[in-house]
Amino acid sequence: MSDSEEQPGADVVLEVRGLTKRFGPVVADSEVTLQLRRGEVLALLGENGAGKSTLVKMLVGLLRPDAGEIRIGGDVVRLRSPRDAIGRGIAVVHQHFQLVPVMTVAENVVLGAEPTRRGLFDHRKAAAEVRALSQRFGLAVEPDAVVQDLPIGMQQRVEIIKALYRGAEILILDEPTAVLTPVETDELLRIVAELAERGVGIIFITHKLREVMNGTDRVVVLRDGRVVGDVATADTDEAGLAALMVGRPVVLHVDKEPATPGATVLEIRGLEVDDDRGRLAVRGLDLDVRAGEILGIAGVQDNGQRELVEAICAMRPRRAGTVVLAGREVEGLDVRALHDLGVAHIPEDRDKHGLVGGYFVAENLVLNRFDQAPFSRWGRRDFAAIQRWARQLIADFDVRTPSVYARTDALSGGNKQKVVVARELSRESVLLVAAQPTRGVDVGSIEFIHQQLVAARDRGVAVLLVSAELEELFALSDRIAVIREGRVAAVLDAKSATRETVGLIMAGAAGH
Amino acid sequence: MNLDRLRPAILPVAAVVVALTIGAVIVAVDGSSPLGAATAIWVAAFSGPDAIGATLEKATPLVFAGLAVIVGVKAGLFNIGAQGQLLVGAITSAYAGYRFAGLSPLVHLPLCLLIGVVFGALPAWLAGVLRAKRGVHEVIVTIMLNTIIFNLTDWLAGGPWMEPGQVISRTPPIVGSARMGRVAGLPTGFVLAMLVTVAVWFMLEHTTFGFRLATVGANRHAAHYAGISVGAVTVAAMTLSGALAGLGGAVESLGVVGRFEPGFNAGLGFDGITIALLARVSPRAVVPAALFIGALRASSSELQAGAHVAPAIVDVVLGVALLLVAAPLLLRWLLRMPPSLSTAEVQFTRGWGS
Ligand SMILES: Nc1ncnc2c1ncn2[C@@H]1O[C@H](COP(=O)(O)OP(=O)(O)OP(=O)(O)O)[C@@H](O)[C@H]1O
Ligand SMILES: [Mg+2]
Repeated sequence: MSDSEEQPGADVVLEVRGLTKRFGPVVADSEVTLQLRRGEVLALLGENGAGKSTLVKMLVGLLRPDAGEIRIGGDVVRLRSPRDAIGRGIAVVHQHFQLVPVMTVAENVVLGAEPTRRGLFDHRKAAAEVRALSQRFGLAVEPDAVVQDLPIGMQQRVEIIKALYRGAEILILDEPTAVLTPVETDELLRIVAELAERGVGIIFITHKLREVMNGTDRVVVLRDGRVVGDVATADTDEAGLAALMVGRPVVLHVDKEPATPGATVLEIRGLEVDDDRGRLAVRGLDLDVRAGEILGIAGVQDNGQRELVEAICAMRPRRAGTVVLAGREVEGLDVRALHDLGVAHIPEDRDKHGLVGGYFVAENLVLNRFDQAPFSRWGRRDFAAIQRWARQLIADFDVRTPSVYARTDALSGGNKQKVVVARELSRESVLLVAAQPTRGVDVGSIEFIHQQLVAARDRGVAVLLVSAELEELFALSDRIAVIREGRVAAVLDAKSATRETVGLIMAGAAGH
Repeated sequence: MNLDRLRPAILPVAAVVVALTIGAVIVAVDGSSPLGAATAIWVAAFSGPDAIGATLEKATPLVFAGLAVIVGVKAGLFNIGAQGQLLVGAITSAYAGYRFAGLSPLVHLPLCLLIGVVFGALPAWLAGVLRAKRGVHEVIVTIMLNTIIFNLTDWLAGGPWMEPGQVISRTPPIVGSARMGRVAGLPTGFVLAMLVTVAVWFMLEHTTFGFRLATVGANRHAAHYAGISVGAVTVAAMTLSGALAGLGGAVESLGVVGRFEPGFNAGLGFDGITIALLARVSPRAVVPAALFIGALRASSSELQAGAHVAPAIVDVVLGVALLLVAAPLLLRWLLRMPPSLSTAEVQFTRGWGS
């Protein structure tokens, strides 16, 4: 790439000029201009709602720009569908994978462009091509594995292979690491580097500045739909990027006093819970959470965290064990009853559990309190009260939405998350179960949510925090419980524990 | 502002216009006069108090059937058994209407309506329970129940409950104390239908029960998370759907047919599905949609006698309208309407509730 200085634009594979997109009164992207070179990893950074996903959707033909042009290899193109886009060599890996769970990797990859032999699907050839691609880019994907049996990180690679199989030369990844474990994230960054090495141009969207610093060549920063920065990664640092994004300096570190834990609020003994397929996922787990402390749960994904959380919140039946909340066994109580006892819950999957996409933002802000005063009286909902409450929360939590009557699925990913967090943190509670509370949220808002979690702790709430981010766990937790194979392998004091120790216990090193 | 609120109506109205146009073309190709057909519809459905009364009577059970289907769809359930539930309501209320003679009208009529409601709700309740407890799909169950009910009502009307000394299988006439007449020229049944429409609308839009129902329909996982009992709501929604269909059947027996006679109520429940779709699952639009279909149905004999058009044209028109509403993309393409990128656009400027 050294000659790009002498020949400006020579290896520019994608160029965007003045691209604009409006949704009614909302300007999602405003005259966005950027270039992507061959073999370059470009980070697209910006606050929640800055217009990143909208830009991506225009680049892959899912949305039509209101103004501006897209050039690929120098030609102005009009993309009407993802099919058009892939025909031009642009592919995207969305956060929600578009794979058929019951089919094999190879079948998923070739779906829609199947190799045939005498008119029939040529399975062997498909598998061979997938294997070849996988080897060439170091993806280590087994063509005959069934997709639903693969961990998220692997499924993501299948999506990447799918794009490569269709001849993608420009690959867009929209928050690919939001759902990955730290190990998977490192793997993905390695793969991205490998792809770039072989000439693929990559646009990488993330809220994690560390990934930007470690894995990208250049950063374009969007704010309110406009490009406010376009810098070489080497010429900047995390603090600089954060300030550019938010428009003010961001404190990347949580200030908190030492905890003053009180009585035990949640006491779990010998808990056993099945996963969706009826296999034991939580296997005799013991755990205590006290008032006024944040207990962080660390663990490799799929070691029973989800089932633990859902069992505590009565969303999933338990097979054995006791769960005592504030001195009371909660066996037989349903979600509603626990809610009334003061259990707040930020679910890990906001789109599946946390929100109804077709509802107004205001309705989602009272989703589990809709039948309580003042939001309803005598079974009749009070829209004025709901609206007032919603306005308040939207202001307090800085949810970027055109109005309380916007449909929730029109919000950006991070703003949806803020709706869920606002709802759960704004409630009087004794126990707060927070699963991945900052998933998809920008740095400025992470700072705010972290402060709120600490504030809840300081009010005496027992906080159970489940996070895939060790960083987040260490920033917030007073104690860290490491979960492995459905049991608590160790409980450590967060002040004295190190990442290395936690990492080793998570991985199942001897001695624990 | 007001124009925006009419936007959801654009598609169904366009569908109806296109369907009527296609109907006119078919009539013309068939060698009859489209104008004659239009005149026949006008004469039969709107030309005077009697014609309007007939249209309203035809529309009445359709309103109930449409509401029944809508209540189900809101909760994510497809009550394809509205037809059967309607028949149960019709026959049980007719039975109560001739059998319990001698009661005061103040007691008899409400009692008959109530019986229609309760017995109409019964099969739907069963389908709801099977869905909630056993995960059996309500479409399968209600289709099977429909078959059972068709045969059962045929047998009752031609056997134990048949009018003595007659050859036609039908029940004896409902006595006067259970008949629904007219108030101020309007069929009582239609007035009741409008009141029930308002009640259903209020329930869905303004009550916590309506919110539970809609949440289960929109995202059952989120409903579960929010502490809403998905199973209980499923049963309640199916039962209410069946109750509405049953009430429609009862009103038909007590207000129009005057007895139960197999064949008289055929297809009403299925028209309910058409109405729910034309109304885009909004109770507010049910009455206009039912009036449209009611008018077409009311004119079928006049079409034949006055304009020499096969009455089957009515079903063709309805079928085309339904297809167009169910396949909005097709219509948008045909009319070159821009793709709707976001309903949010509309919602931004719109309030909710009323
Ligand atoms: N379909 C839509 N209808 C209306 N508004 C929309 C729609 N999609 C996006 N928007 C709005 O456009 C703006 C940009 O959203 P976008 O999803 O591009 O943000 P983003 O930068 O990807 O944010 P995040 O980091 O939270 O994912 C937001 O204000 C959002 O509410
Ligand atoms: Mg986004």
